[in-house]
Amino acid sequence: MIKLSGIRKTFGKGSPNEIRILDNFNLEVMKGDFIVVVGSNGSGKTTLLNLIAGTVKPDSGSITFEGNDITGLKDFNRSKWIARIFQNPLAGTAPDLTVLENFRLASQRTKPKGLITGTGNKFRALVKEKISVLNLGLENKLEQSMGSLSGGQRQALSLLMAIMDDTKILLLDEPTAALDPKTSLLILELAKKVINEYGLTAIMVTHQISDVIEYGNRVIQMKEGRIIRDIQGKDRKLFTMNEVYEWFNH
Amino acid sequence: MNFYLTAVLLGLGFSAMGMGIFISMRIFNIPDITTDGSFTLGGAVTAIMLTNDQPLLIVLPCVFIAGATAGAITAFIHTRLKVNALLSGILVMTALYSVNLAIMGRSNIPLINTFSIFNTTSGSEIQSQLIVLTLFTGIIFILLSWLLKTDFGLAMRATGNNETMIRSMGVNTSLMKITGLALANGLTAISGFLIVQIQGFSDIGMGIGIVILGLGSVMIGEITMKVFRINNIALHLLGVIAGTIIFRLILAFALSTGIDALYLKLVVSLFVLLIVSIPNLKRSE
Repeated sequence: MIKLSGIRKTFGKGSPNEIRILDNFNLEVMKGDFIVVVGSNGSGKTTLLNLIAGTVKPDSGSITFEGNDITGLKDFNRSKWIARIFQNPLAGTAPDLTVLENFRLASQRTKPKGLITGTGNKFRALVKEKISVLNLGLENKLEQSMGSLSGGQRQALSLLMAIMDDTKILLLDEPTAALDPKTSLLILELAKKVINEYGLTAIMVTHQISDVIEYGNRVIQMKEGRIIRDIQGKDRKLFTMNEVYEWFNH
Repeated sequence: MNFYLTAVLLGLGFSAMGMGIFISMRIFNIPDITTDGSFTLGGAVTAIMLTNDQPLLIVLPCVFIAGATAGAITAFIHTRLKVNALLSGILVMTALYSVNLAIMGRSNIPLINTFSIFNTTSGSEIQSQLIVLTLFTGIIFILLSWLLKTDFGLAMRATGNNETMIRSMGVNTSLMKITGLALANGLTAISGFLIVQIQGFSDIGMGIGIVILGLGSVMIGEITMKVFRINNIALHLLGVIAGTIIFRLILAFALSTGIDALYLKLVVSLFVLLIVSIPNLKRSE
């Protein structure tokens, strides 16, 4: 589905802070994959997501989506297939817009934004129904500004917004890094449900060892811009905490 | 009484500019100094076209297009050439001084015995001005309120609010900023169109410091909305219109107390400083 071939990416080129993040990086993501990416800080995990989303361009190499070269395609054009959940729970929503208005924009992600007012009763009922699965009482706060909600609530809504339009790939960049354990569990279980229900291909970057055990059908470990472990298929078993800790000691 | 009525009329005349500044400063979060130049540009185009007996139906779209072009150039310099937004505005504003002089051919054009938009209604001069200006403000308010609630308008608002998010929703934010600043400066030019017809002349210096006046108006509206905890875009626009009128009334009051007109700009600056610092003073309590 997505193929990254021979990707090289260096930040701060020519400066004393020059750092090569990805070096001849190759990855093929198959349709329906739910990949959990782990690795130490600076191993290139977030850069990998940025490259797929198009917010960072590779120095060399190519990225293809369903056989088409998208290496030079801008991030806003890639959003026709890609939805993204950010590490910062406030980054995925517009705080000054109401919950309903945020959902309206999400529902039009793959379409041109025209001169239509689409936040009428029919749309309101649809959003209410979607949000009610969270059991957070947010379905009664549709007219409230997004900025008045907590980070966890906004992250949960971001996930629901991702499936308001025809999404094929879901990128989750440490989606629970800034959340409490209870909200983290809610977000991850919701992500799992959404990915399964909508048949999405997903890549989740995480620092939580428990996430490696609980989620995904494929695990990738990155180190210094390369994949050093890629476990999938019959090898993707239920690891123990100790086993995963061991990965980081070598 | 007429003194204050004139202030209300001027407030209505400046309200299109207030709404323009609301778009650039509040919606897009861009301090757009182009306003100083595009306001005069609107006045210059109006004056030269009216004195050449052009019909108002031709003049008005020309004024809007001229202002919109200035705004689009500023946004283009900012988004495509990656120049700081403030500097982009200053560059275009400076360039517009020469452009406006070239359009006018001299520094001042009187509109004596020239057909104006206020001749389109019957009644006294003040009545005509009140009807036309209220109509203009009302139409712009309705159109803008509607626009900002459409999908396009929501994308505009989200561009200034969370650019990362709206790009991930498929919006080309550079194009959105160009369109937004074009609209903002088009509206500012319409204020120039109205004001030169109220005062009866166009002058090359009429736009100097006008952005501060607009900012003050937007802030008055903004504070009012915060006090009443209003989160409705149409009411925000209404707040801006009210802010523009209130601002003019306060200036009229200041002048009526005997303040020398020489110090008017100083009074305006101090007043705006007071308004913009109120939210910060409250926060630091």
